[in-house]
Amino acid sequence: MTNPDERCPVPADEVVGRYFLEHRAKLLDIAAFLDRVERAGAPDDDFRIEAMHRAIDQLGVKGHDRARRIQEIFSDPSLEPVDAAPMKGALGAHDPESADD
Amino acid sequence: MYIDPHVHMVSRTTDDYERMALAGCVAITEPAFWAGYDRSSAAGFFDYFRTLTEYEPRRAAQYGIAHHTWLCINPKEAEDLGLAREVMSIIPEFLERPSVLGIGEIGLNKNSRNELRIFEEHLELAGRHDQMILIHTPHLEDKLKGTRLILDALDDAGVDPGRVLVDHVEEHTVELVLDRGYWAGMTLYPETKCTPQRAADIFEVYGQERIWINSAGDWGPSDPLAVPKCQQELRSRGHLEEMIRKVSFENPLKFLSQSGKFRTTSS
Ligand SMILES: [Zn+2]
Repeated sequence: MTNPDERCPVPADEVVGRYFLEHRAKLLDIAAFLDRVERAGAPDDDFRIEAMHRAIDQLGVKGHDRARRIQEIFSDPSLEPVDAAPMKGALGAHDPESADD
Repeated sequence: MYIDPHVHMVSRTTDDYERMALAGCVAITEPAFWAGYDRSSAAGFFDYFRTLTEYEPRRAAQYGIAHHTWLCINPKEAEDLGLAREVMSIIPEFLERPSVLGIGEIGLNKNSRNELRIFEEHLELAGRHDQMILIHTPHLEDKLKGTRLILDALDDAGVDPGRVLVDHVEEHTVELVLDRGYWAGMTLYPETKCTPQRAADIFEVYGQERIWINSAGDWGPSDPLAVPKCQQELRSRGHLEEMIRKVSFENPLKFLSQSGKFRTTSS
């Protein structure tokens, strides 16, 4: 199903310049967020922050599927339905301690 | 010109209809969903279905937008099996209405056994009445697991994949859906789903067959103009107008026309 020549049509010499500042700013947002968490004294073993660190590690791994790999890190890997919905919302990362494992 | 095939206009103002029309919207489809609170009785859903089939089409028509709907009880209210079944029992009387395209948005929210049971019962309901199906996949960490459970249940029910749209796909679920022959929808949400840039990336990587984009605009942080913004992103990257028209107009037109009831104000 994957397109064999999965190219973005933006020319190679333009694609970085076009998106760089926007994503540089997003990276600084993440850095400032982690600083804020630390200053607030939040436990560093929060499952969401741990998942975020594992996700950040994937940014340095080459390949064109970083977004997919990071999505998978945040996902619940279990396969069986849970007995009852524990709440309506979602937290953004799977809690390995949650009852459904 | 575009179609927004998933937008919850009951939660939006009339000004949004005007802005969508100005941006080129000619048709929308509105699936039944969670109101942000649990309804206390099936009568609450009866009134909601009347709003979706009577009031919203009139409000949209003032701006030249053809309005259609999908009916169900959403997975967030499916933990109460008794209520869910009572609501499902009133759906058939609405199915003959001219703007009802099928059953939706059904699916899973927290991937519970009751949600799955009610999802399967909706599939049976759709089968009995020969209805098309629009599916909601769960949010965030629950999406991958929920998508797998949904696809397995669909395969077990033996529904025609060409008449099912699985919505809210992202990088980790799009291929699962397309590979099994179903249609896929990408939702352009500011925080929790796809951005216009990521949707454009997904089109480039996974192609433009059996896939569409929608705003899923509702009462939460969302943008009823997300589809034209994604068109703009594709245009700025140098994609052909033909491709942009395919993903934002021709594809939804092709899928939705199978209902025999879909129309646009441009046709
Ligand atoms: Zn929706």
